[in-house]
Amino acid sequence: MQEEVKNNNIQTAKAWKPKILAIFCNWCTYTASDLAGVSRLKYPATTRVVRIMCSGRLDPQFILTAFSEGADAILIGGCHPGDCHYATGNYKCLRRFHLIQKYMKQMNIEPERLRLEWISASEGKRLAEVIGEMTETITKLGQSKIKQQVANIEK
Amino acid sequence: MAVYWGAACGGCCVSVLDVHETLLTVIQHADLVFWPIALDTKYADVEAMEDKSIDLTLFNGAVRNSENEHMAHVLRAKSKILVAYGSCAHMGGIPGLANFSTKEELLSRVYDESPSTVNPDKVRPQHEYKVPEGTLEIPNFYEDVCMLDQIVDVDYYLPGCPPQTERLVEVFLAIVSGAQLPPKGSVIGVSERAQCEECTRIKSDNRSVDRFYRPWEIEDDGVSCFIDQGVICMGSATVGGCGVRCVKGNAPCRGCYGPVPGVTDMGAKIMSTIATALNAEDENDIIKAIDSIEDAAGTFYRFSLPASKIRRKIQ
Amino acid sequence: MSNNKEEIRIGVYICHCGHNIAGAVDVVGVAEYAAKLPNVVISKDYKYMCSDPGQELIAADIKEYNLNRIVVTSCSPLLHEKTFREATTKAGLNQYFMQMVNIRENVSWVNENFDDATEKSKDLVRAAVQRVAFQRALEKQKVPVNPNVLIVGGGIAGISAALTMANAGKKVYLVEKESTIGGHMAIFDKTFPTLDCAACILTPKMSSVKNHPNITLWTYSEVSNVEGFVGNYKVQVTRKPRYVIEDLCVGCMLCVEKCIFKEGKFPDEFNQGLSKRKPVYVPFPQATPLVAVIDDKTCIHFKTGKCTQTCKTACDRNAIDFDQKPEIKEIEVGTVLLTTGFQAFDAKKVPYYGYGKYPNVFTSLEVERMVNASGPTEGHVLTREGKAPKSVGIIHCVGSRDEKTHKWCSRVCCMYSLKLAHLIKEHTGADVYNFYIDMRTPGKGYEEFYDKLLHEDVHFIRGRVSEVTDWITSPEEEGKLIIRAEDTMIGMVRRIPVDMVVLAVGMEPRDDAQEIRKMFNISCSTEGFFLERHPKLAPVNTFTDGVFIAGACQGPRDIPDSVAQAGAAAAEALVLIDSGHVELEPNTAYIVDEICSGCKSCLNICPYKAITFDLEKNKSSINVALCKGCGTCVAACPSSAIKQNLFEDVEIFSEIKGIFVE
Repeated sequence: MQEEVKNNNIQTAKAWKPKILAIFCNWCTYTASDLAGVSRLKYPATTRVVRIMCSGRLDPQFILTAFSEGADAILIGGCHPGDCHYATGNYKCLRRFHLIQKYMKQMNIEPERLRLEWISASEGKRLAEVIGEMTETITKLGQSKIKQQVANIEK
Repeated sequence: MAVYWGAACGGCCVSVLDVHETLLTVIQHADLVFWPIALDTKYADVEAMEDKSIDLTLFNGAVRNSENEHMAHVLRAKSKILVAYGSCAHMGGIPGLANFSTKEELLSRVYDESPSTVNPDKVRPQHEYKVPEGTLEIPNFYEDVCMLDQIVDVDYYLPGCPPQTERLVEVFLAIVSGAQLPPKGSVIGVSERAQCEECTRIKSDNRSVDRFYRPWEIEDDGVSCFIDQGVICMGSATVGGCGVRCVKGNAPCRGCYGPVPGVTDMGAKIMSTIATALNAEDENDIIKAIDSIEDAAGTFYRFSLPASKIRRKIQ
Repeated sequence: MSNNKEEIRIGVYICHCGHNIAGAVDVVGVAEYAAKLPNVVISKDYKYMCSDPGQELIAADIKEYNLNRIVVTSCSPLLHEKTFREATTKAGLNQYFMQMVNIRENVSWVNENFDDATEKSKDLVRAAVQRVAFQRALEKQKVPVNPNVLIVGGGIAGISAALTMANAGKKVYLVEKESTIGGHMAIFDKTFPTLDCAACILTPKMSSVKNHPNITLWTYSEVSNVEGFVGNYKVQVTRKPRYVIEDLCVGCMLCVEKCIFKEGKFPDEFNQGLSKRKPVYVPFPQATPLVAVIDDKTCIHFKTGKCTQTCKTACDRNAIDFDQKPEIKEIEVGTVLLTTGFQAFDAKKVPYYGYGKYPNVFTSLEVERMVNASGPTEGHVLTREGKAPKSVGIIHCVGSRDEKTHKWCSRVCCMYSLKLAHLIKEHTGADVYNFYIDMRTPGKGYEEFYDKLLHEDVHFIRGRVSEVTDWITSPEEEGKLIIRAEDTMIGMVRRIPVDMVVLAVGMEPRDDAQEIRKMFNISCSTEGFFLERHPKLAPVNTFTDGVFIAGACQGPRDIPDSVAQAGAAAAEALVLIDSGHVELEPNTAYIVDEICSGCKSCLNICPYKAITFDLEKNKSSINVALCKGCGTCVAACPSSAIKQNLFEDVEIFSEIKGIFVE
């Protein structure tokens, strides 16, 4: 087990770049992500997008799974309040987001590691900016220790 | 047959006695070879037993120190069937809440900070301590609290804080009768569905919660679903089988029976349900409503923190 | 399904998309990497997966290698998911066994570092490979399409679309906010570049709309609520009270004549405020329907209740009804065409051009009315003092191509400015100056029209105008407005004194566009115009199936383009209607009875009221016809008893794990 940790450290020393799980709703933020692409906006290759139909589908289990599997951060993207394709899904997402943040605080997980942004289909630029900002923040914050600490039982 | 306690309150051991006279039936079929709360068998006696010589071991309590771990390994080796008995062995239970703190935080609380402690020399327990007669050893206190199956292979789980003893007797009699046992790894004595199925409280069709209250902050009407009244109840995320004991006693379910099959993280799931039940739409209102939940993580993971995806506070 | 112990056999296909992907990602490396992933039987890279040979490659491999899962790694699923699903179906495999990975919009077009982009692509492919193993065969749900269509907005686009649909035999509801249809085109005098009289080509179409047996025309009406989904929309239209019974009024104007106001007193909206109207009025002689309307904000009866109601007594058909109330109409339609148009840029927002400050600064729309023979000046171009101007300056790009107002080009201003220059010259013989940034005349006959103007003794000054001022520096500027502009052709700042300034105002999204957008659940692009599904391949479609857009609500455009788009939108709607049914994505939620404990956590959270409680079973149940597949209830279910097709927990979990776990 110790050797594993060592290996991890070597990898870390080489070139660690944050890996951010992006959970985007189909109608607004995923479309904005396409728009950023079509507009050839550039942002760091740190995000990995998982598409869901609505941010209301966001299950806190997704967040916890991602953290425990090694996500350095998670970005949730949904439609602006009042603009949800499914009327109110984003409000439910927002409520869950704040409760998860409260939980994270107790778990000593930096709040910056979970971010919720309302990015409409037209805001490709905003999407690129958010990913840029978040990459910078998480780079400063460093690699998440969650995966390692969850995997190794400390005696 | 053996009964052992790890990091536990002792309630599980006592619950074995809840079978009352049936215990006599049990004893007719089995010798109790090890039961620290009732018998004076030494660890060395158990260590000396042949492997697989114990038919059934009920291990209650979490694994918190080297003694617990040692005995978990010993009993695993000596037992044909090892049962994680009670919430602590099953999911970490109440002792598992210590995973919200680091070892250092716990020790400093107990040996330095607590108001009733007088310890000017900052004495801390040592694993080894030399005295003129030789070296004294006490178990190593671990950083993390674990549930049993994070340490050894477990055959069955019997959840509950404490478990329903009727279930225990059923299991026992099943074993002695040589009946077909459930597949290894089964959680025994639970329903397939959440508590709500058996709960007779009236659930609203139009749930809409302004904020949450701690049970003592409101006057329970005795008939409505606790969540509808703004009190956090874990029942909808907790598998049935206990007979809805807490709610029948007018206390919200605390989740000791563990998740419904298919749920990977019961705390995360109930968090989702609870947050969704709020009616606030404005972000500030949402934050205010969420703020009304006291000790969110501790409430949602009261019995299952070590079993959860992120099983301890990150250091 | 995986727990049927069926052997999972995955084919992975990496698209180069020419250089679009291959130029930024090591596609061969990704394909080689994918080949080593669990369950992957074959992994290939190919130049254009979406091409016929690309699709055939998948189909052939499905047969040859007995594949039962497909991962296509190319562009956005929003673009080509349908293509690859069809390719999968053609080979006899259920289309939902195909998963797309977006490494173009999400990787190659946005990430610059080759290694990082390749690494990211591998992660995404790995995630999809893990996800696809859990995907299940699903069938699309077929629902019938109501053949009736709703068209919102009665400008030229709405009129054209309505006639096309009605001529195709479909029942059309045309809803217009104003008391008449015609929109902006009705305001224009002539149309470029042919100088047709706008009214002459528009008004016959307006009356065709009015008389068409398949068209129900509701003017002075607004859509107030929309429910349902493609093929099955329930729409509520509020008909505002015009206090004149439409069926009785014949448009004889007697009520207008007999109104207690002897003269018009209130700014006439149709004439851009250049004339006055009475509280009871008909906007213009060809208004359709030709029915008077009483403006309750200016009518004495409504203001004080003490009017002798001379209009009412004058009407021998008893058409005036002061007690009219808003009327709600409920209609069911299968498709919706939004043709709500634009609004002109408010010239007051650029104070340095003096609109509102100097009386002789006009907007282009005001001049349109002035040059019109039936307009407020009967076709005479006059200054506010009533004199014919000797010199006129037309300023282009007011509220267009401007960082401070709107960045976009409004596309029509150059051409209509040329038209106005021609008409002003024709009507007054004045010296006309055009101040332009670039002359944009792309269109059939447009450049020729510009060329014609160049020979008509109209002055062209290339440069943005900095201000319009009455601050004079020489006696010959006395009484004139001075246009200060850089003349980039000669490289100096010029002062041109004129009697009249015309501001060529641009086109902007309507103030109520956001409201409409929300009601119909579509999106707007950054500037606020309705967003099309694809700028090139689906310009009249929206992201909401069954809702189409045409005309200037989608972006600035002229009459020919609006009419063309209206035709395209009508054709799209006809496709839906004539196919008789639509296939809905099966991404609906369902409840596993064996797990549902009847906790009712899901009941009140469905925005479509698709979840009801079955008292007998003591469990929730989902009406698939109402479920739109957002998955909110799935996430909220504390027992994981609610699942969502296409977005099952296990699928999302394996995708997330796939991203992070090598």
